[in-house]
Amino acid sequence: MTVLIDRARNALGPELAGPLAAFVAVMVVFGFAAPNFFSRATFGSVAFQLPELGLLTLAMLLPILTGGLNLAITFTANMAGLTLAWVLQSQGGVDAGIGAFVLGSILAIAVGALSGLIMGLVIAYTKAHPILVSLSMMIFLRGLGEFLTRGGDVSGIPGFFAAIGYGSIFGIPVPLLIFIACVLIWQVLLTRMKLGFNTYMIGSNIEATRYSGINTRKVQVLVYTLSGAMCAVAGIIMLARFNSVRVGHGESYLLITVLACFLGGVNPFGGFGRVIPVFVALVVLQLLSSGLNLMGANQHLATAVWGILMITVMILRWLAGRLKFLNTKRG
Amino acid sequence: MADQALDGATSRPLLSLRNTNMTFGGVKALKNVSFEVLPGEVHCLAGENGSGKSTLIKVITGVYKPEAGAVIDYDGQSYSNMSPVTAQAGGIQVIWQDLALFPEMTVAENIAFQTVIGRWPRLVNYAEMRRVATNALQRLGVTLDVDLALHHFPIAQRQIVAIARALVGEAKLVFMDEPTASLTQSETDYLLDIVRNLSASGVAVVFVSHRLAEVLEISSRVTVLRDGALVGVYPTKGLTQSRITELMTGKTFDYSVLHRDLSKSPVMLEVEGLSRPGEIQDVSLAVRRGETLGITGLLGAGRTELALTLFGMRKPKSGSVVLDGKPVRFGSNRDAIAAGVAYLSEDRLSLGLIQPQAIADNMVIASLDKILSSGFISSDRKRSLVNRWIRDLGVRIGKQDDAISTLSGGNQQRVAIAKWLATDPKLLILDAPTVGVDVGARAGIFDIVSKLADSGLAIILISDEVPEVYFNADRVLHMAQGRIVGEYAPGATTLQAIEEAVYA
Repeated sequence: MTVLIDRARNALGPELAGPLAAFVAVMVVFGFAAPNFFSRATFGSVAFQLPELGLLTLAMLLPILTGGLNLAITFTANMAGLTLAWVLQSQGGVDAGIGAFVLGSILAIAVGALSGLIMGLVIAYTKAHPILVSLSMMIFLRGLGEFLTRGGDVSGIPGFFAAIGYGSIFGIPVPLLIFIACVLIWQVLLTRMKLGFNTYMIGSNIEATRYSGINTRKVQVLVYTLSGAMCAVAGIIMLARFNSVRVGHGESYLLITVLACFLGGVNPFGGFGRVIPVFVALVVLQLLSSGLNLMGANQHLATAVWGILMITVMILRWLAGRLKFLNTKRG
Repeated sequence: MADQALDGATSRPLLSLRNTNMTFGGVKALKNVSFEVLPGEVHCLAGENGSGKSTLIKVITGVYKPEAGAVIDYDGQSYSNMSPVTAQAGGIQVIWQDLALFPEMTVAENIAFQTVIGRWPRLVNYAEMRRVATNALQRLGVTLDVDLALHHFPIAQRQIVAIARALVGEAKLVFMDEPTASLTQSETDYLLDIVRNLSASGVAVVFVSHRLAEVLEISSRVTVLRDGALVGVYPTKGLTQSRITELMTGKTFDYSVLHRDLSKSPVMLEVEGLSRPGEIQDVSLAVRRGETLGITGLLGAGRTELALTLFGMRKPKSGSVVLDGKPVRFGSNRDAIAAGVAYLSEDRLSLGLIQPQAIADNMVIASLDKILSSGFISSDRKRSLVNRWIRDLGVRIGKQDDAISTLSGGNQQRVAIAKWLATDPKLLILDAPTVGVDVGARAGIFDIVSKLADSGLAIILISDEVPEVYFNADRVLHMAQGRIVGEYAPGATTLQAIEEAVYA
């Protein structure tokens, strides 16, 4: 039994305490404040909105764990979405077949991975700061995308693809299923694979990791490539949900993904952080926004409340650390 | 020195502590300690890590409040505890190991910034700062460009700046915490001269150092602490390094040179004419299985550069390396590790171990392939590998998942050795393996080294402390300016002869 608990703790990590507490608090507060909070509608809206932000957060998580950042996530997603949209368009738009969709998706993911690969190579070889490199990539992709689309929308997708955006399997929305699959992949990657292990080590001390015989450049390149590929998955889901893609779509998610990582207990300087607490943090953010929506609050107010939640979490963490410190001092 | 001690014995102590007790979380950090410093004396505070040296300094400087009953007599006044303000005002200054300087600011600003704090008008008088700084440096008999930013100066000169800053505060009693830890021999000599000047001008200096040779050279008396209790106060005259070690650890050590017959043992590593411009020049050496080859020399002699070249992290311009009968040429340290070379870094804190990460992760990082099961990391395999090494090397840990930084220096080094042994090396290069390791724990590290050699490993032991290689290696090479300039067999040469050659 204790072995099981130990295992569970290892898989989830102590970082889970904060997000779980926030989860319970949100459930309790809205449970009282909004009588219709525990309804299908609430959870339906959460289930459909969670994946976009969630996938982008997963894309942000890996670079943060290495001590870096990927500011290009939203525009990489846009670029990948555009790639798929163009392939569909060239194959008949709304009449495009499954083959076109598969080919387009593969190309979209390749485009996303390529954007990450370039960033990874530059970061690994020039040792330029990831913020600057990904910022450059973000501006490049934005400019390129706006040039290619002339600032407009690319729309027209076949019906079966739109079903991916809105359909359900056994009552679970398809985007949510895709997101959960990606969460599990990231979980396995980070807890069971060499790449994940090395990601954490690099985040704490890249030179010591290199001295230990790890190919740190390869790890950095792979991390950004995977991050780019994950952006592409987000881009595909966004296209399916909105039936169109426009450069700049989802731009506001960028900083929210960073905050969601921190809310999930990820160390902003790298080296520490786990997938499941980040997942719970995302659910909390989405519940909060849906709950406020339900109470008739303005969408902008919901964003403000996210900010307050983050600040509260930082203060509570500081207090918890302080309490621990005092306890050890007292013995 | 001896005269001074005699003078001091008759004068009233500048500082005298009695009945000092201090408890942290149930652990007694100081047990009824007394401590005394005479005016103008150079006094050494000796003890292993955790013996209470830092705690004692913090009590004297007012950072910690001792338990009731303590008496602190300082400069004619009696206190039950100090406060940082009284300590500073009374002229007690501490120069911590990390110096606490501002690298981007000028020498003048670093030395004199305290003089401008909180004064009216709230403007910075740079001319005044320059004057104060120059004066302080003059008292030390040093000239530095006070307008240059501090980061332009080597560490030894930064140390001087830290001392000069202490003098600005009209110091009467200066504590120096491991002041020579990162200095070369000539820099150390320079610093010791400065300390002598300081003492001659009436400032008492309390020296905290692991390097016992310096302790003996500079101080007139030594106070030894062990496990938070006072062992005793000894005049330096007549003390030896090994006697201080015994007092600090409470153990006696057996110092004898190795006598292993390795003439029939096959050669594991053979290096011919290895060169890398500016770093190493025409280095040739051989190490047999089961042999420990010591390499010593001053800082900057090219020892670490040689090690990194053998480890594949620097590419040689010319020369050849033959490992276990096969010529090798490494593209990276990954090739070297795969071929059976392991390198324990001299810089355990920033290159050797990943300090914030778990003990277990640090132990398996270089041998991840061994804990894979069908491509995935197996936590069971990891656990059993880690448990095996913890047992074999006698590492004392709490939990495997604790950060490596929670361990003592000696235990960290054991983990670092285990990390490399897990890669099944043929050649183990140990670069300054006892830096930051307590005297008592050093013997444990060398026990391990000796057992590893006996099991057939070829070992290169690098150290700037000649006695360390003298007593723990079969042969000793002396490096200077990138070249091997001497070879000694400890049985056939005296320790003094090698020390004279190295420190000349």
